[in-house]
Amino acid sequence: MSGFDFSGLTASFSGERVIGPLSLRVESGEQVALVGKSGAGKSTLIRLIHERVNRNASLVPQELGLVNALPVFHNVFMGQLDRHAIWYSTITLIRPFARNRAEVSGLLKTLGMSEKIWMPAASLSGGQRQRVAIARALYRNAPILLADEPISALDGPMAHMVMELLKERFSTSVIALHDVDMALKYCTRIVGIQDGQVALDERSDRLTSADIMSLY
Amino acid sequence: MLSSPTVRTSLIFLAIALVGLLFADIAITASNPWRDLGNFFLGVITPNFFSSEGLMTALLRTVAFAFVGVALGSICGFLLSLVYRFLPVRIFCAFIRAIHELFWALIFLQFFGFHPLTGVLAIAIPYAGIFAKVYSEILDEVDPEPARLLPPGAGVIATFLYTRIPDCWVQLRTYTAYRLECGLRSSAILGFVGLPTLGFYLESSFSQGLYSDAGAMLILFYVLIATIPLWVKPRLLPVYILGAPFFLGEGLPIVWGNVERFFTQDIIPSPLRGGEGLAGLLPWLNDLMINEALPGIWNTVVLTQIALVATGILTLLAFPLISNHFGGPVRRTSGHVFLVIARSTPEYILAYILLQLWGPSMLPAVVALALHNAGIIGHLIGRQTNGIRLRPDAPTGFNRYSWELVPRVYRSFLAFLFYRWEIIMRETAILGILGIYTLGFYVDSAIQNIRFDRAMVLILITALLNIGIDALGRFIRRKLALQTMPTC
Repeated sequence: MSGFDFSGLTASFSGERVIGPLSLRVESGEQVALVGKSGAGKSTLIRLIHERVNRNASLVPQELGLVNALPVFHNVFMGQLDRHAIWYSTITLIRPFARNRAEVSGLLKTLGMSEKIWMPAASLSGGQRQRVAIARALYRNAPILLADEPISALDGPMAHMVMELLKERFSTSVIALHDVDMALKYCTRIVGIQDGQVALDERSDRLTSADIMSLY
Repeated sequence: MLSSPTVRTSLIFLAIALVGLLFADIAITASNPWRDLGNFFLGVITPNFFSSEGLMTALLRTVAFAFVGVALGSICGFLLSLVYRFLPVRIFCAFIRAIHELFWALIFLQFFGFHPLTGVLAIAIPYAGIFAKVYSEILDEVDPEPARLLPPGAGVIATFLYTRIPDCWVQLRTYTAYRLECGLRSSAILGFVGLPTLGFYLESSFSQGLYSDAGAMLILFYVLIATIPLWVKPRLLPVYILGAPFFLGEGLPIVWGNVERFFTQDIIPSPLRGGEGLAGLLPWLNDLMINEALPGIWNTVVLTQIALVATGILTLLAFPLISNHFGGPVRRTSGHVFLVIARSTPEYILAYILLQLWGPSMLPAVVALALHNAGIIGHLIGRQTNGIRLRPDAPTGFNRYSWELVPRVYRSFLAFLFYRWEIIMRETAILGILGIYTLGFYVDSAIQNIRFDRAMVLILITALLNIGIDALGRFIRRKLALQTMPTC
């Protein structure tokens, strides 16, 4: 049930329509890239989908939403806060259990930052913060990934590694990307957003970056 | 300049205070005030730490009452802050914090007597109301985004513990520590109504003219407050909080019959108690309003307005003392010492001392309130100016003060001043106990005359007046778009 089919998606800010009404159908197993100019409504669309799937998705929002005072471990652990009893979560806040420590530390290792596990999120660089939010989404392990510019602060090799990882761990995903080549390389379908409407919707193997550039 | 709303508001308040001065009773009535003041300062520089063994006990009790009261208040306040969005809770908290610790103590004294519970509750109740408000403001400031990102079903408590508390933990801790310092001051002045804390010994030394004993007490109190960072450590807190209840002293046992009588008879308005019914109540209220409440309100408001403006003027004069835009390290060090002493001395103690030296009038109260509050605001504003980077060719001396610094800090200065407006009024009312004709005077005399029904009505009126000033202060701050942190 990880795909979805929503119609009549709309959003307005202070009386001005920024999205839709538009319909979007995503099949299970599809990896969709949302592309378009900044301000086209990609972030709003991601938020709308997140609400419509009843927040049952791994979300990486643009502003990341980290709890700055907590260490990296706890920020990642929060992805599974619904799976533990309150006493378990409370003890974890003070002293994490070895099992969770191993899980989180493994995840951070793949993201190349295992040594940061006990650093407060506030002390991390932009790229490190972004990877913590990605680790939280991976740890959450929901059936669908919703990510808003998840690699905007990462350098070349790290960006490719993260996109590879997201592709491998989430069979279904909707990812807003401004990097067209990344979108073509790691997603199976490209949806172009322009002025709050779907202006392009095509399988990525039938597109070149030149086709997409017309949106910008 | 005159078109600026902040300047206009300041001038209006200045005008009100000047008109108030015409009506206020400002005088030095003591026969030889300067000799007394000299003797007092002589006492402070020749402190006698060994005159009575009661001094150390009083210090210990002061700390113990502060810890138990503040701990209880912060726990209750925290629980209240979680439901603070509900209007009845807000009203309840506004009400309990509008009544001064000393009034609470006077109320509890009537039925618990000199039992430790009186002192503990007198601190804990108003502090709970303050904690509830400030904690809820701090909690509301936290970024809501992380909570929205949690998987559904994470549970209310887990969400709260993971996404709300961590990001404001430092602020909660800082504010609670600040309140502990306030708690020490509150605890000290509870001695003035007979509880076994510093105020009690200060009053008895003063009344016997033992200025060296009084000086020793004040010096110990400053040392106690100035060394808080050294002896209040997070690891030691549980020891203090669990240990403190054992150092409150025995006091006198509670007579439960008194408690029952207080609620079922004493505080019932006398016409109702005497069976006169509502027909008797109106003349009773009328008499109370005209002879006690209205004069009390008038004097309280006049004194508050004068003290507010005096605080403002003194603050503007005092903040350069600690600002590193002026002068050398010697002046700044003495400036710091002056401001620390001014803000560490409870205004009640300052007023008491000045009243002993200058005789009864509004003057000691105005000076005490202005010194204490200017000490607090001057410290905050002075620190703020140290963060200001001026251009290299900025003017120096008085021009730097009037052209570069005051315009930059004036808005936060006004914000702090209006924030403390309500606090100044609460203190003004309570200073009546010392013999100035504010509301506290009438409350105290009603209690002396064992007319608790009248005292309760007067305390209620005082609370409503405070709530009104608080609302007006918030309205003006909003109107002028002034913002403050709650730690003031």
